Amino acid sequence: MDKVETLEEVSSALTGEKKKIVLKEHIVEIVSDAGEGAQKAGQAFGAISARSGNGIWTVEIIPAEIQPPPRSKAGGSGNRIRVGSFYVTNAGDEADLVVAFNEQALLGRFESDNLKPNAIILLENKWREHADPEIKKLYRDTMEELKNTKLRIYEVPMERECLKIVDNAQRGKNMWALGMLCSVYSRDMEAARNEIRLTFAKKGEKVIKPNIDLLEAGYDWAEKNLDFKFEIPSAGITKPQIVVNGNQAIALGVVASGMDVCAMYPITPATSASHFLSEIFENVGGVVHQAEDEIAAAAFAVGASYAGKCAVTITSGPGMSLKTEVLGLASMAEIPLVIVDVQRGGPSTGLPTKVEQGDLLMSVFHTHGDAPKIVMAPATIEDCFYAPITARKIAETFRMPVYVLSDANLATGQQPFTKPEFKEEWVAPPFDQSPVPKGKAPYDWDEETGLSKRIIPGQPNGMHTVTGLAHSNMSKVAYEPKTNQDGCDSRSKKLAAFQKTLQTPKVYGKESGDVLLVGWGSTKGVIEEAVDAANEKGYAVSSLHLKYLQPMASGIKEILQNYKKVITIEINYSDDRKYQIFDENNRRYANLAWLLRARYLIDVDNWSNVYGQPMKPHSILDMLNEHFAK
Amino acid sequence: MFGINQNCEIALPDTYYTLEDYQSNVPRWCPGCGDNSILTSVQRLCRDEQLPPEKTVFVSGIGCSSRFPHYMGTYGFHGLHGRALPIAQGVKIRRPDLDVFVNMGDGDCCSIGTAHWIHAVRYNMNLVALLHDNEIYGLTKMQVSPTSPQGLVTNTTPRGAFLKPIKPLSVTLGISNVSFVAQVAEWMPELMYDVLKMAYHHKGFSFVRVVQRCPHFTPHVFDNILSPDAALLLQHDDGLRSSDTMLKIYKSQEEHDPSNLNRARELAEREDCLPVGILYRNENVEVYDETRRRKRAVTHEMRKAALEKEFSKFLVEPVTGGNGHA
Ligand SMILES: Cc1ncc(C[n+]2csc(CCOP(=O)(O)OP(=O)(O)O)c2C)c(N)n1
Ligand code: SF4
Ligand SMILES: [Mg+2]
Repeated sequence: MDKVETLEEVSSALTGEKKKIVLKEHIVEIVSDAGEGAQKAGQAFGAISARSGNGIWTVEIIPAEIQPPPRSKAGGSGNRIRVGSFYVTNAGDEADLVVAFNEQALLGRFESDNLKPNAIILLENKWREHADPEIKKLYRDTMEELKNTKLRIYEVPMERECLKIVDNAQRGKNMWALGMLCSVYSRDMEAARNEIRLTFAKKGEKVIKPNIDLLEAGYDWAEKNLDFKFEIPSAGITKPQIVVNGNQAIALGVVASGMDVCAMYPITPATSASHFLSEIFENVGGVVHQAEDEIAAAAFAVGASYAGKCAVTITSGPGMSLKTEVLGLASMAEIPLVIVDVQRGGPSTGLPTKVEQGDLLMSVFHTHGDAPKIVMAPATIEDCFYAPITARKIAETFRMPVYVLSDANLATGQQPFTKPEFKEEWVAPPFDQSPVPKGKAPYDWDEETGLSKRIIPGQPNGMHTVTGLAHSNMSKVAYEPKTNQDGCDSRSKKLAAFQKTLQTPKVYGKESGDVLLVGWGSTKGVIEEAVDAANEKGYAVSSLHLKYLQPMASGIKEILQNYKKVITIEINYSDDRKYQIFDENNRRYANLAWLLRARYLIDVDNWSNVYGQPMKPHSILDMLNEHFAK
Repeated sequence: MFGINQNCEIALPDTYYTLEDYQSNVPRWCPGCGDNSILTSVQRLCRDEQLPPEKTVFVSGIGCSSRFPHYMGTYGFHGLHGRALPIAQGVKIRRPDLDVFVNMGDGDCCSIGTAHWIHAVRYNMNLVALLHDNEIYGLTKMQVSPTSPQGLVTNTTPRGAFLKPIKPLSVTLGISNVSFVAQVAEWMPELMYDVLKMAYHHKGFSFVRVVQRCPHFTPHVFDNILSPDAALLLQHDDGLRSSDTMLKIYKSQEEHDPSNLNRARELAEREDCLPVGILYRNENVEVYDETRRRKRAVTHEMRKAALEKEFSKFLVEPVTGGNGHA
């Protein structure tokens, strides 16, 4: 997506008198020490922008530690907001403008390549005259150093200005900064004031008033003192939007799905979904049970589902590993279950707060023996809302565990989506508990589809014992070799029957060409943006995004065959061919590439990494540039 | 004079469940295995309590003892090694109409599933848990168990078990929210029946350790407690009162008030005898499934309203025209 004006043009325009520069998009970051409220200000700025009809994507900047030392590079906490005059699908490339409450947080973002080389910086300058000589020196030295960069730094007396209004600037600087941003991006101040009223609604007028004063002061200061002003025209979004992150969307989806039970054990970055669910689930008769560990959580969920109360268990990688045995049981005993895995960096404890898509192969294949299950992956925040509803339907219809693979990127990202209208059919009707005919098989496997109607406790005449042992259609322990074969066949047929219901995914871009990028999960927006940019450069590149990973829809092979080269784009590990030791005999591919190669016998390549960072559209473009330069 | 209605009819239940209604497959335990006698007592209890088989669920782990549900004519869930308790909790949490029993071996409960055992006591859900303690791993062919006596020769301790055994009763009595702890030996069918009956009627989590013979692998571990003289029969008005016959056979008795937790702990520690009966009983402990019971039925309208309420907190309605100015 080209901007109306490039940043270079913006920079040169800045030198003249203050005029309003119209932009197609901007990426804004606001970073502070933890607890200084940058996140709140960032979220508010995102919401105000969405109210103005802009497309937005916001994502939290999270320090790795709970209490990082103040003024440290790794301790920056805040928000990144991408604002566009189009529907924004991802966090984008590097930031254009940064509000930083101290120079170390700024350095942290700069050195981790998150800023454009010539980004505009609005930096708190109180450190220049700080009482602590070390801090003072560090600040001054840093500023000297940064002179050698192209960053356009404005030193802003944030604290000094705030102290004119409140006694403790620590607690209000974020709103002052928000006011400054509202001036810079020509935001409607009434919308901004309303946002503050909403944010502090619970705390009352005593808190709202000073915050609005700070907001206005920040605005006025910027109007008078900054020599630039931007405008990002509306994207024409007019329908009411919901602005939540992916975890909140999943929690709302669980409520909408009519599920009764969520059993979980806390783990980053999945926990906030359960936090939010704990707030609201009881209002609709649900229960969030924090079990003693993930095994118990999964077993509890299986028990509830077995008893006819469909359950979800929410976790992340290490928890998935622990749940493995129970999930195999659910597959074997044909108990419906929804498993949400908010993926993080692995293996082991890995990168707890960072994004990775490393659990795909595990999801498809984990558990010993053959345990069919369905794996789907939401690609947007909106998908996160609908995923639990769909997953529950599939789980109950096909009597199978359904995995929903979200990731840290979706978990903390916010992207407005059209407010859903609740539909009664989202909620499965209560289980029919009428008596079953005597002698009815609890696994009355349909010869063609493997499907059978579930019998749950409470149904007269239906008494039987479910078991994880190989069993016959009567749920009797298998002592004959054929019984296990029959059971495995039937359970696999269900997966095939489900596969028949899937629609072939649509290609983004031309239906044939030089390169097809294939992605899954949270990277859809980034990949498609890269495809647009590549097409503008004249490359024949398209993309395909898969929401169902196991099973996959028909027709995918035919799509792959229409391109000279197929490359999966994934945030997970694959061997880098720059190391000599990796060759065709030992090379390990990225998760999806393995699956595609195995199923379609096509020489699928991959482009993946495990930096734990959201993917950037231009990094994909760089890869394509290299590819086409060859 | 109490206004007896002459026209009243006594409603007789139209179904009467017999023992056969609680039977299913023929048990495949070894001859003389103590699990057989546990099964008989449990089936008798179900019959006497007239538990509708469709409303009764037996959840087990993996082991010889965990085959139990297959032999019941009720619903059953033969789960995973060690995981019977959390599965049973899940079954119960939104199905107060079901009576849920749990069968575990000593490996199940006191080794691989220890965390669940501890927390099950703390959750104090309405479940009856039976620990079939044969002090050995039966199904996997005679490996040492956490409850095996020190020195026991097993396939993994050919020169004798190294460690002192865990005491399941002491552990259970040490956990907060403990509400019912009993011990019985399966060779005392009458007492077992009485204890199971109390466990069934107890409000909360009833933990019953059943000392269970495994003639196949450990024919002699219980030699010192098989004689009636080795048992210490616990009696109390708030616990159990045994029949005269029982009192004649089991002469060593103690008046033990089951609300006395300290005395219960002392009894649990005894190694010179086998205290049998109700060690501890307290119905004033909060019951998790009741605490977390659904407050009211949920209609589609309520669900919709709840969602709308949440949506409204996150709603942004774009201002038409987009770019307002200050
Ligand atoms: C995860 C797992 N580990 C190990 C086993 C093997 N296993 C099955 S039963 C059992 C122990 C049985 O002993 P216990 O629980 O005392 O039951 P018993 O057979 O004595 O009744 C073991 C180790 C298993 N099924 N699953
Ligand atoms: S091995 Fe022991 S516990 Fe298992 S069935 Fe035989 S006697 Fe019973
Ligand atoms: Mg045992």
